[in-house]
Amino acid sequence: MFSRSIRVGAVSSDQIEQLHRRFKQLSGDQPTIRKENFNNVPDLDLNPIRSKIIRAFFDNRNLRKGPSGVADEINFEDFLTIMSYFRPIDITMDEEQVQLCRKEKLRFLFHMYDSDSDGRITLEEYRNVVEELLSGNPHIEKESARSIADGAMMEAASVCVGQMEPDQVYEGITFDDFLKIWQGIDIETKMHVRFLNVEAMALCH
Amino acid sequence: MLRAALPLLGLPLAGAGATEEPTQEPGSPGEPPPGLTLFRWQWHEVEAPYLVALWILVASLAKIVFHLSRKVTSLVPESCLLILLGLVLGGIVLAVAKKAEYQLEPGTFFLFLLPPIVLDSGYFMPSRLFFDNLGAILTYAVVGTLWNAFTTGAALWGLQQAGLVATRVQAGLLDFLLFGSLISAVDPVAVLAVFEEVHVNETLFIIVFGESLLNDAVTVVLYKVCNSFVEMGSAKVQATDYLKGVASLFVVSLGGAAVGLVFAFLLALTTRFTKRVRIIEPLLVFLLAYAAYLTAEMASLSAILAVTMCGLGCKKYVEANISHKSRTAVKYTMKTLASCAETVIFMLLGISAVDSSKWAWDSGLVLGTLFFILFFRALGVVLQTWVLNQFRLVPLDKIDQVVMSYGGLRGAVAFALVILLDRTKVPAKDYFVATTIVVVFFTVIVQGLTIKPLVKWLKVKRSEHHKPTLNQELHEHTFDHILAAVEDVVGHHGYHYWRDRWEQFDKKYLSQLLMRRSAYRIRDQIWDVYYRLNIRDAISFVDQGGHVLSSTGLTLPSMPSRNSMAETSVTNLLRESGSGACLDLQVIDTVRSGRDREDAVMHHLLCGGLYKPRRRYKASCSRHFISEDAQERQDKEIFQQNMKRRLESFKSTKHNICFTKSKPRPRKAGRKKKDSVANTEATNGKPPRDPGFQDTAAVILTVESEEEEESDSSETEKEDDEGIIFVARATSEVLQEGKVSGSLEVCPSPRVIPPSPTCAEKELPWKSGQGDLAVYVSSETTKIVPVDMQTGWNQSISSLESLASPPCTQAPTMNRLPPHPLAAEEPQAPLDLPSVPHSSFAFPPSLAKAGRSRSESSADIPRQQELQPLMGHEDHTHLSPGTANSHWCIQFNRGGRL
Repeated sequence: MFSRSIRVGAVSSDQIEQLHRRFKQLSGDQPTIRKENFNNVPDLDLNPIRSKIIRAFFDNRNLRKGPSGVADEINFEDFLTIMSYFRPIDITMDEEQVQLCRKEKLRFLFHMYDSDSDGRITLEEYRNVVEELLSGNPHIEKESARSIADGAMMEAASVCVGQMEPDQVYEGITFDDFLKIWQGIDIETKMHVRFLNVEAMALCH
Repeated sequence: MLRAALPLLGLPLAGAGATEEPTQEPGSPGEPPPGLTLFRWQWHEVEAPYLVALWILVASLAKIVFHLSRKVTSLVPESCLLILLGLVLGGIVLAVAKKAEYQLEPGTFFLFLLPPIVLDSGYFMPSRLFFDNLGAILTYAVVGTLWNAFTTGAALWGLQQAGLVATRVQAGLLDFLLFGSLISAVDPVAVLAVFEEVHVNETLFIIVFGESLLNDAVTVVLYKVCNSFVEMGSAKVQATDYLKGVASLFVVSLGGAAVGLVFAFLLALTTRFTKRVRIIEPLLVFLLAYAAYLTAEMASLSAILAVTMCGLGCKKYVEANISHKSRTAVKYTMKTLASCAETVIFMLLGISAVDSSKWAWDSGLVLGTLFFILFFRALGVVLQTWVLNQFRLVPLDKIDQVVMSYGGLRGAVAFALVILLDRTKVPAKDYFVATTIVVVFFTVIVQGLTIKPLVKWLKVKRSEHHKPTLNQELHEHTFDHILAAVEDVVGHHGYHYWRDRWEQFDKKYLSQLLMRRSAYRIRDQIWDVYYRLNIRDAISFVDQGGHVLSSTGLTLPSMPSRNSMAETSVTNLLRESGSGACLDLQVIDTVRSGRDREDAVMHHLLCGGLYKPRRRYKASCSRHFISEDAQERQDKEIFQQNMKRRLESFKSTKHNICFTKSKPRPRKAGRKKKDSVANTEATNGKPPRDPGFQDTAAVILTVESEEEEESDSSETEKEDDEGIIFVARATSEVLQEGKVSGSLEVCPSPRVIPPSPTCAEKELPWKSGQGDLAVYVSSETTKIVPVDMQTGWNQSISSLESLASPPCTQAPTMNRLPPHPLAAEEPQAPLDLPSVPHSSFAFPPSLAKAGRSRSESSADIPRQQELQPLMGHEDHTHLSPGTANSHWCIQFNRGGRL
C-alpha cells in the first residue's frame, strides 16, 4: 500500500503512521476521503482559495492517475501522493533530483491554476484564481482583481515569449512558461511542510 | 583641543586660530567693553557643533573620494578605507597635537552613532525573511554568543595559565570572561558594512545580520554580569548571582523587545492621525524610534533590540499610513543618517587606534585572542548548524557555514565596551584595549578584504536581484495559502499555520486599529505590488514622455503608449492592406476628424500619462479610495488610468476580432454631431469644462478656509501638485491652440493644429481611450499586425515631435486612418457588446521589449523619486486648463465604463 509513496521517497514510516491516523480522522474511519470530509477542518475555512486547494487533492493529474478530471474520493495512498508534493528537499539529493523535485512542486501549483487541464493557464483561469486570492478583502472589487490578473498575464507573456511574431497570439501560460516565470526563485526552499511532529492536539480534535 | 584641530581642519580653523586672541578679549571680565565691534570671532560658542559638522563633512568627502575610483571600492570595502583614513588622520592629529584627540567616545557612540544604524537596519529588514529564519538567527545570536564568550574567555585564561601570556597582564578568569563577552559579539555595523557589498544570498545574509543585531542583548547582559562580578570580586559572587545573571538575560532581551514593540505600536497609532500634518510624519518615525532606544537604554535593557523591534514592527503600518512623500523622506533620511554614522564610526575607530597611551601590547594575548575568536566562531557555527540542520527544512550547507564563520566581524561595539571598562577594577584594561583594536582591525580589514574573493571562490549562492513581478507575488501568495491549508489538513500546527493565524489576527484587529481606514481598505500585498508596478510604469512613462519620447530606444514598460500605438498601427494596417473596408461615404468628411483623432490620441497619451494638478471631486476614481491627500490621489489616478489601459489593451488585443463594437455607434453619432456643429462645439464644450474648474476651485477654497493650521499641509499639497506640471501645461496649451484653430477651421498642418479634439471629446466621452481602441477592430479578416506597431510607434513619436516642427510627409496616412474604423464598425454597430473575453491575447512586440526594459526602468525609480520634488515651482495660474482637462477625463472614464 505504501509502495508508491516510498518509491517517491516522501515520508518516513513514522510519518506515514501519523498521516494515516490523520487520514482516518478526516475520513471518519472510512477507507477514502471525499470532498465533504474537508469541511470538517475548521482551520481551512479562512483560506481564501480553499476550494482550489481541496480540488487539487482530488485532481487526477496530481494523483498521477490521468491527464484530466477529478476523482470523487481518494484513498490513503493518494493522500500520501499529494502530501509527497510537499516534502522537503533532502540534503543528499543531487542537482538533478532537486530539479525534478522543484518541477514536481511547480506542477502541483500549475495544476491548481489550470483548472480545465488543457495544459495552459488561460486568462480566465488566472483571473479566477486572483479573484479568489483577493476575496479575503471585501474592499477590493472584482474588477481590480481582474485587472491584476490581466497585468500578471501581460507580464507573463512578456517574460515567456519575448518578441512575438506578427500574428502570434498568447493563449495562456504553459508549464514551460510557468517554469520560466519561476526562474531564479528558490521554490524548493519554500514549498514544503513538516509532517513530523504532527501534534497530538491536532489529532485529537 | 583647538590647536590640535588646526592643521587638520585647515582653512576655517586657521582663521579661527589667527583670531583666537581677539575673541577672548571682549569676553574677559574686568576690561571695559571696547565698544561696538564690527567683526567678532566667537569660535568657542560654535566650537562643538562646528567640529561635529566638520567631522561629518570630512567623512562624507572621504566617501566621495573613495568612490571616485570604481576599481578601489570594488576591491576594498568602504569600512576598510575609512579605518585607514582614520588612522592617517589620527596620526596627523597625534603628530601635531602631541596627544590624541577626537576619539570614539563610548557615550557618543551608544547615544548618537549607533541608533541610526540599528534603526535603519531594523526598519528595512525584510521581515518575512527574518521571521522565516528566526529560529536559526536566535540560535546563533544566543547560543553562539554565549559559546563564543565563554570558550574564548576560558581559552585565554588557559593560555595565561600555560604561561603564554606575559605575567604583566594581571587578569583572572573573570577578567578573561569579561573580555571574552565583549569580544565575542558579532558587530552589526561591521557586518552590514561588509556584507552589503558582498551580496551573498538572502538567507545567509539575514542569518549573519540578524544574529549581529539580536546578539546585542546577550552581549549587554554578559558584559554587565561579568563586569559586576569583576567589580565585586570573584570571592563574593554567590550562587544567586549566577541565577540572577541568567534571569537578567531574559529581562534584558525580552524587556528590550517589549519596549521596542510598545513604541512601534505608539508610532503606528500616531501616524494614523497625521493626515492633516503630513510634514511631521518623517520626524515622528525618528523621534519615536529614538525614544525607544533611549528608554531601553535608560532601563538598561537591550537598546539595539528595542530599536530593531520598533523598526520591524512599525514599518508595515507606518508605510501604509504616511504619505508617499513622507515615505521617501523617511527612507532617505534614514539611509543618510545611517551611512553618516557608519562613516564616522569607522573613521573615529581608526583615529582612536593611534592613541598609544591607552593601550599596552602583549603579543601572546593578541595572537591568542585572534586565533581563539576565529577558531571558536567556526567551531560554534559548525556545531550549531549541525543541530539546526536536524530541524531546518532547508539545511545550511558547508559553504554557508564557512561564510558564516568568516563573516563574524567584530567592530565598534566591542571597542566602545572595552573603553568603558574601569581601569581600577580591571587592571589589564590596557592590554584588552590593544587586543580589541587589533581584533577589530583584523576582522574589518583582513576579513573584510578577503570575504569577497572567498565568496566568489566558494561560489556561494549570490543574491539575485529580483524585481518584484506580479506573477511572482501572486504565486507566492497562492503558495502560502496552499501550505497553510496543507498544514491544516495534516493537522500539524507548524510555522505556516501560525503565520496564517497571525495574518488573520493582524488583518482583523491590528491593521484595523493602526491603519488609516482608507489605507486599510485597500491593504493587500498583491494589490500593493500591482499598484507599485503601475506607478513605476507611470513614472517611467512620464519620464519618457517628458524627455526621451523621441528616442528610438523605446524603454516604455508597458501600457501607456497603447493608445497611440494602436492608432498608428492601424494606420499602417490600412495603408498596407489597401483598406478595403474603409470605402465609405464618410471618408470624405472624416479627413478632418482624422486629424482630430490623431490629436486626441496624443492628447490622451499625455493626459493619461502625466501628473496633473487636479483638484476635483473624485467622480469616477473613488471606487477604492475614500479620501487621500493630493499626492496619493495623483498616484492613484495614474494607477487607475494605467489599470484601465492595461485592461483595455488587454481586451482589445485579446481578440483579433472586434469586441468594442458597443462604442462605434455613439462615437459616430458624436462625430456627425460635431461635423454639423463644428463651430458651436467650442462653445458647447465650455459648460462641462467650466464647472469642473469651478468645482476644483471650490475645493481649494474650502480646504484653505477650513483651518488655519492646514496652511502647512496645503502648502505641501501644492508642492505635490507641481510635480511635472510644466509638461501638462504644454499639453493644454497645445490643446487650446487646437481649439482656437478648430473653431476657425484653418489647419495649416494636420497635426500641429488639431481641430478641437478636446472639445469634441469632452462632449463625447466615449470618443476616448476605449473608443480609440475600437480601431483595432476591423472586419474579421483583419488582424493586428504587430510588426507594424514598431513603426507605428515611431510614427506616433514623430507625430508628437511634430508638435514642435510640423512635418507634412505623413499627412496622407493620417487622412486615411480614421475613416476605416468607422466604416468597419458601422455595419456591426447594432451587434453591441460582444465582448466575451477569450482567454488569449496577442502581444505587440514592442511590449515584450518594454517588458524587458521594465527591469531597467525599475532601477530608475529611486532617482525619479528624488527628482520629483525638484520639479517645477510654478503654475498655479495655469491650473485652469489642467483642471479642465481633468474634468474632461472624468467624463472619459465614465464614458469608458458605459
